[in-house]
Amino acid sequence: MTFDAEFFNIGYLDTLSYKNSFVHRLDPRIKIIVSFIFILFVVSFPKYEISALMPFFIYPVFLLTAGNIPLKAIAKKVLFISPFAIFIGIFNPLIDTGVIISPLGIPVSGGWLSFFSIIVKFILTVSTALLLIAVTSFPGVCEALERLKLPKLFVIQLLFLYRYLFVLLDVSLRMLRAREARSFGKRGKEIKTFIRLISVLLVRSVERAERIYQAMLSRGFRGEIRVLKIHRLRLQDVFFAVFSVIIFYIFRNFNIVSFIGENIRSFFR
Amino acid sequence: MSHHIVELKDVRFSYPDGTEALKGVSFRILHGGSVGIAGANGAGKTTLLLNLNGHLLPSGGEISIGDIPLTKKTRQEIRKKVGFVFQRPDDQLFMPTVYEDVAFGPINLGVPPERVDERVKDALEKVSCLHLINRPPHRLSEGQKRAVAIATVIAMNPDILVMDEPASNLDPKSRRQLIKLLKNFKHTKIIASHDLDLILDLCERCIVIKDGKVVADGPSEEVLLNEQLLEENNLELPLSRQRR
Amino acid sequence: MHMADALLSPAVGGAMWAGSLGTLIYCAKKLKEKMDEKMIPLMGVLGAFIFAGQMINFTIPVTGSSGHIGGGMILTILLGPYAAFLVIASVLVIQALFFADGGLLALGANIWNMGIYPAFIAYPLIYKAIVKKNASNKAITIASVLSVVIGLQLGALSVVLETKSSGITELPFGTFLLLMQPIHLAIGLIEGFVTAGIVIYVRSLRPDIVDDLEGVKALSTGGSLKKVIIVLGILAVITGSAFSWFASTHPDGLEWSIEKIYGKPEISDQASAIKENIGKLQEKTAVLPDYSFPSKGGEEKKTPLWPAVDTGTSVSGLIGGIMVLGLIILFGVVIKLTRRSREKM
Repeated sequence: MTFDAEFFNIGYLDTLSYKNSFVHRLDPRIKIIVSFIFILFVVSFPKYEISALMPFFIYPVFLLTAGNIPLKAIAKKVLFISPFAIFIGIFNPLIDTGVIISPLGIPVSGGWLSFFSIIVKFILTVSTALLLIAVTSFPGVCEALERLKLPKLFVIQLLFLYRYLFVLLDVSLRMLRAREARSFGKRGKEIKTFIRLISVLLVRSVERAERIYQAMLSRGFRGEIRVLKIHRLRLQDVFFAVFSVIIFYIFRNFNIVSFIGENIRSFFR
Repeated sequence: MSHHIVELKDVRFSYPDGTEALKGVSFRILHGGSVGIAGANGAGKTTLLLNLNGHLLPSGGEISIGDIPLTKKTRQEIRKKVGFVFQRPDDQLFMPTVYEDVAFGPINLGVPPERVDERVKDALEKVSCLHLINRPPHRLSEGQKRAVAIATVIAMNPDILVMDEPASNLDPKSRRQLIKLLKNFKHTKIIASHDLDLILDLCERCIVIKDGKVVADGPSEEVLLNEQLLEENNLELPLSRQRR
Repeated sequence: MHMADALLSPAVGGAMWAGSLGTLIYCAKKLKEKMDEKMIPLMGVLGAFIFAGQMINFTIPVTGSSGHIGGGMILTILLGPYAAFLVIASVLVIQALFFADGGLLALGANIWNMGIYPAFIAYPLIYKAIVKKNASNKAITIASVLSVVIGLQLGALSVVLETKSSGITELPFGTFLLLMQPIHLAIGLIEGFVTAGIVIYVRSLRPDIVDDLEGVKALSTGGSLKKVIIVLGILAVITGSAFSWFASTHPDGLEWSIEKIYGKPEISDQASAIKENIGKLQEKTAVLPDYSFPSKGGEEKKTPLWPAVDTGTSVSGLIGGIMVLGLIILFGVVIKLTRRSREKM
């Protein structure tokens, strides 16, 4: 993806994260914990499992729809990073060729099953990560991290990173455009030029940090920064958490999909 | 009886690499005064401003703010009286939301939590940005950032407002709004700017700096219409006074 | 390379998180004691810098493909190991959330893989050993290249280990290594030279940035660091053996193995078959670098994994799966419509 597209992408997710919906209003701690538990459940499935993973789509679908997040944005992203998973997973069908099942007379090897299992797990986990930030602003995530007892220094520094991310992306975008305007084909993008560019960016960044520090001092900074805590745990947050975990547990331990499938087949027999 | 609030006596300043940026600057500003600082690039305007806030300490001479001489020990005290608005608002707005940025100063001053909220809303009200209170700074326009940056400073209730190029990069409307805003402030104002029309509009007095020295100090109407002086300092007549 | 959730087992993922969190907490503590408060905005801004810097690409000589910097080593050189580790972790957090680079579970592994080796192994043991005060450009270059290469090799090795012990991919250990290490060697060489180039050039512009930014690098010298390395090394060995033990005895990773709850024969066959498979895997990995592929008609080597599964059950799975997906989509549509009607009110 080109720089422009990447930049736009973060900006887009960031904008979405400030919307106001039921899921946006949920306590960020809860969202992080539930998402994490979700991922644990999903990856705990054995490697040939595909169908039992299906019910788990309910979580990302819920976040997407209740959070009013456009499907296209998430889908595009997932598609974009999928080559990596495909690249690793594709070895499975090549190596594990023992046929395990033959639904409708078509032989399917274990390798293909585990490959698709990886893909499904990938879609589930990746979309959840994206949706997490899409329905929780980054400062919200930081607030949650601090409350979850992560070191305050780490959280504060995360907030600063986030704050200046867009500023620096803007600066580098302009540098890139300037380079673009004076490069032809591959010339102009050599390492030597790159080193110059990036070193200048580095020095400017350090200078900026010095100015920020000046600004902080001029407003009385003496070493302590407070992370604003605006969220309070409400009943609905707790309910959401408990309800979700129970559902995940049920989906993990009871093969609902087979059950439904069996019943449909016996209905048609 | 007015009381000198800013006093510089033969102030000198040299950077660590030896560059002498200020070579003996003296002036006095009274309470409530509004002073513009003009001069060519590199003349020493920004250095001068940074000395007023104690970011830089004079290598020679003396600065007193409200009778307190500026030293390493007193500069924290002085920063309570001198609100500094930096050239680039991005450097000044470093918290995750506007609210937190404006609250930063008062909290550090030790204002009790209940009053902090009041101060924040007051300050934002004064710059007409109350509706932006929960926004993250990277989602503000340049003009909004400028206004909020000013709010972060006035929330500390300083006596003196020092501003470095407050209107640069603003579109004409935002610039106009900024000027209107500043006109209403009762603080003592010290404004460094290339925007001579702004100085003419806002500041009754103008000081011109050249090569680290004061070369003019008088009513803006006089200083800024002195064509020869302006010429010598890489300046021009304010656009509003130029005849085409 | 970033680890992905889909390739990790809960045990491995959890273990790496434990390691990374522990290190994070340790670094924060160490910094708090002696850090200059100036570091706070600096760390954040440099993190943003690395992020932005990664978006600028350059042409790799010979291959002509485009590359970008990783940045772990340069951060360590500028900030010292403790601060650099925090910054690297932050950059990865942003990547995990906004770019889903890897995922939330894999984040722990990624922080470890990309943070520990440059900060606590390459920098103190290699870079600092070669680069002293007023070091020559040559020294800086050699030190950077060596540090980056070793850091990346260790990182790549970790990825392989984590993936294999998770048991999700069939890729044999040897082959995987053969894929990862040489690529990362090449990447490391390039990034090493680029890092050196940056350090040298920045030093010419502003020597104070490189020499001792904010005085924190004082933290990184001396015996205390050696102690840290020893502790980390022990931690790594313990975590490593813990998770490989865990993975072999608890294949489902989280102890809710279905057989304990249900006793459905087909599923418990999976669990025991997996145990078997992992056992076989460990056999294979012990025979480094033998990468003989299991023979195509591999039945003698591997027992079929779902002996009790008949075609019928798998068809149920298929039908049921489609049904469930359909229901979920319906569910989503309903929510969308409810929301829309509520907005209209």
